[in-house]
Amino acid sequence: MNENSILLKMQDISKSFPGVLANDHVTIECEKGHVLGLLGENGAGKTTLMNILYGLYQPDQGKIFVDGKQVVINSPSEAINHGIGMVHQHFKLVDTLSVIENVILGIPTNKAVLDFGPAKKKLEKLCKEYELFVDPEEIVWRLPVGKQQWVEILKALYRDCKVLVLDEPTAVLTPSESDQLCRAIRKITEQGRSVVFISHKLREVIEITDKVTVIRDGKVIGTVNTKEATQSILAEMMVGRPVTIERKARPTVKEHSAVLVMKNVNAFDDRGVQALKDFNLTVHAGEIVGVAGVDGNGQRELSECITGLRKPSSGSITIQDKQVTNVIADPSFVGFIPEDRQKTGLVLDFTVAENLLIKDYKEKPYVKNGFLQYSEMKKHAEHMIKKYNIKSPSGDIKVKTLSGGNQQKVVIARELDAQPVLDVASHPTRGLDLGAVSNVHDILLNERNRGAAVLFISAELQEVMALSDRIVVLYSGQIMGELNGETADQFTIGQMMLGQTTEAKK
Amino acid sequence: MTYEIILDWLQASLRWSAPLIICAMGEIFAERSGIINMGIEGIMLCGALCGVAVSYYAQSQAVALFACVILGLVLGLMVAFLTVSRRTNQVVTGLMINLLAIGATNVIFSVLTVMRHKRATTFGALFPESMHRIPLVGPVLFAQPFTTWIAIFIAFIASFVLYKTRWGLNVRAVGDNPQATATAGLSVIKLKYQTLILSSIAASVAGGILTLASSGYFAAGGMTGGRGFIVLAAVVVGGWDPMRTMFACMLFGATDAAQLRLQTTESIIPTQFLQMLPYLITVIALTIMVKRSRVPKTWGAAYDGRRS
Ligand SMILES: Nc1ncnc2c1ncn2[C@@H]1O[C@H](COP(=O)(O)OP(=O)(O)OP(=O)(O)O)[C@@H](O)[C@H]1O
Ligand SMILES: [Mg+2]
Repeated sequence: MNENSILLKMQDISKSFPGVLANDHVTIECEKGHVLGLLGENGAGKTTLMNILYGLYQPDQGKIFVDGKQVVINSPSEAINHGIGMVHQHFKLVDTLSVIENVILGIPTNKAVLDFGPAKKKLEKLCKEYELFVDPEEIVWRLPVGKQQWVEILKALYRDCKVLVLDEPTAVLTPSESDQLCRAIRKITEQGRSVVFISHKLREVIEITDKVTVIRDGKVIGTVNTKEATQSILAEMMVGRPVTIERKARPTVKEHSAVLVMKNVNAFDDRGVQALKDFNLTVHAGEIVGVAGVDGNGQRELSECITGLRKPSSGSITIQDKQVTNVIADPSFVGFIPEDRQKTGLVLDFTVAENLLIKDYKEKPYVKNGFLQYSEMKKHAEHMIKKYNIKSPSGDIKVKTLSGGNQQKVVIARELDAQPVLDVASHPTRGLDLGAVSNVHDILLNERNRGAAVLFISAELQEVMALSDRIVVLYSGQIMGELNGETADQFTIGQMMLGQTTEAKK
Repeated sequence: MTYEIILDWLQASLRWSAPLIICAMGEIFAERSGIINMGIEGIMLCGALCGVAVSYYAQSQAVALFACVILGLVLGLMVAFLTVSRRTNQVVTGLMINLLAIGATNVIFSVLTVMRHKRATTFGALFPESMHRIPLVGPVLFAQPFTTWIAIFIAFIASFVLYKTRWGLNVRAVGDNPQATATAGLSVIKLKYQTLILSSIAASVAGGILTLASSGYFAAGGMTGGRGFIVLAAVVVGGWDPMRTMFACMLFGATDAAQLRLQTTESIIPTQFLQMLPYLITVIALTIMVKRSRVPKTWGAAYDGRRS
């Protein structure tokens, strides 16, 4: 291969954290105009490697070459100067600022006074060029997650990066947004830039990348040409055993009383737009109801209303005939896996053990005479780490140092271990690797078999179809139609997701 | 008679609020960047002594103010080193600075015996004598020492810097999301140092003005009388916005002035109660306003550069 065409090379990189070797002599290369896929289970070390490239961490050893020249990157600003742009796994936006303010934040110029005029023009040009449209004036927290992702990408492109790192960009995107992103990535590479693409969704990886490097436990397992790879080859390389997401056989559950009953619920979102319109839904014990639909059609408000985090403007919600009026604090009542693990699900500065007990800390044996029993908490944490396969050196480390997927497992472990009567799982597999996704499916299925009512909200059609007993399709705050999980087909659901009911009525 | 009292009160209200405003403008930047500079009370106290002492010995108010700036710079560096680099608790550090300042000013003041009963010349007015006689606005506005005008001017500048300049944008960003600011290529530590130094200079200068714009005396121990704490409250009441904070400062300045005037009239209200008035107003204003303001997201939290 022609050495000159290698735009980015990271050679022999090692990085250890207390108790973990996150990268173990990792070497990756990416050619000019190519997309390199990085695959690996949760905690394999993908984000760590990219953080090293972006100057957020210093490697213990190893070299980085950009455009054939060796570079030392000590800080993000140096990375930016070397033409490296990064979209992080968790958003790095100041959400109280506007889009344009976020885009120009930190760009060195000699002008002290802000002048948005030229910046806006440049941004609008980029929007058009890559077909990623956002309103430059909008305050970031008001934007739906998909649009926030565009802002992140535009922010990197605005700085004219040569190498763009996308760390699980599609985890928060809807299928159609993901397609849009793929188109943008193609345009980016056509201009001779390179992209490093991290994702757990094999279909996307195969569609968009030129080469794939698979990492397991911090070591490179191998690099393959995407043309020669299939989903099952990659899955096996990644996990070490074959895995697929398929509908599993399930027993019928005798207990079938109504657990969650929502009647004529209306609710507004943070922007004051009506998000749920005369919404009716019943979930019974021993069934999984999958809520399909493009994100932003009321999913978030739905889960928040059920758990009492948001007050509906009218209508009634009952769980086992008890009216939901306040935040539900009883762990054995509702288990809630929120869509944003970092903002709603976890206290990032608490340890894993503390996070696992946020709901139960008042119970014996974790508290005695008003004092927390740390040894008991530790035992509990170790038990949960084993039971839910969380990759964490111990229960005593801060949860923010876990990899994204393992943070998610902490939330799942805490919420479902108390065996609640109702599980509300909002995008529970977001950011999880294939093996973990299938674990979560098993967990939710077990919940159902034990007699819990499960509400499963997801934008991944494949998952909804694999897991649900009943599927409802949410569109614009209303249920467009209901299908049987056994017989539903992708096309019908897809139509309903776009707001067309005609097909379903037949 | 009452008309004159009211005029006098309005005049004093503005005069009293000037140091509050200047100090508050600095504090806004510190808190917007996520750090509460609790030490401003003590820094103000040091500035007050520095102001009178230097102005007495150097016979120049300009030199006195310059000395206050240097003093603020040094103290600001100290606060920044402790709270940003060493990540000490911001409240405890602030309290320490305040206690240290009381002790230090007492000691230094007792050493400067010659100056103790001399009065430093106070600031002159910005507008000519003739304008002071215009009814109403004359005494209330034009007779103000020029520092009052400077304070108001500074509030407008602060507003401009915070919302319209690049540095202001950086400051707003860093307090809300330091990680995002760092990944955008900015140095979080540097920004926090800058705002802390700025707020300390503002506090020190405010202290200088406190003495040089009114009495010209330094009173050991209680010179600032909790004004630094009032400023901390004013910033919260003003929702970290320069204009709103300026009005909050004026409100507190007015109660302070009213309290002093009511003490001298023969009223039946006990003076102790009157002295409490500014603080009472503070508490009331806080309870009304706090819910409505949007706190900088990492307000008071230490930043560590590691992952989150
Ligand atoms: N700052 C840190 N301190 C301690 N350990 C860390 C830190 N950052 C990462 N780790 C550990 O390094 C390992 C690799 O984490 P990394 O975030 O790179 O995984 P990942 O491949 O991105 O996983 P995911 O797909 O879940 O995002 C994990 O075991 C994690 O706990
Ligand atoms: Mg990651």
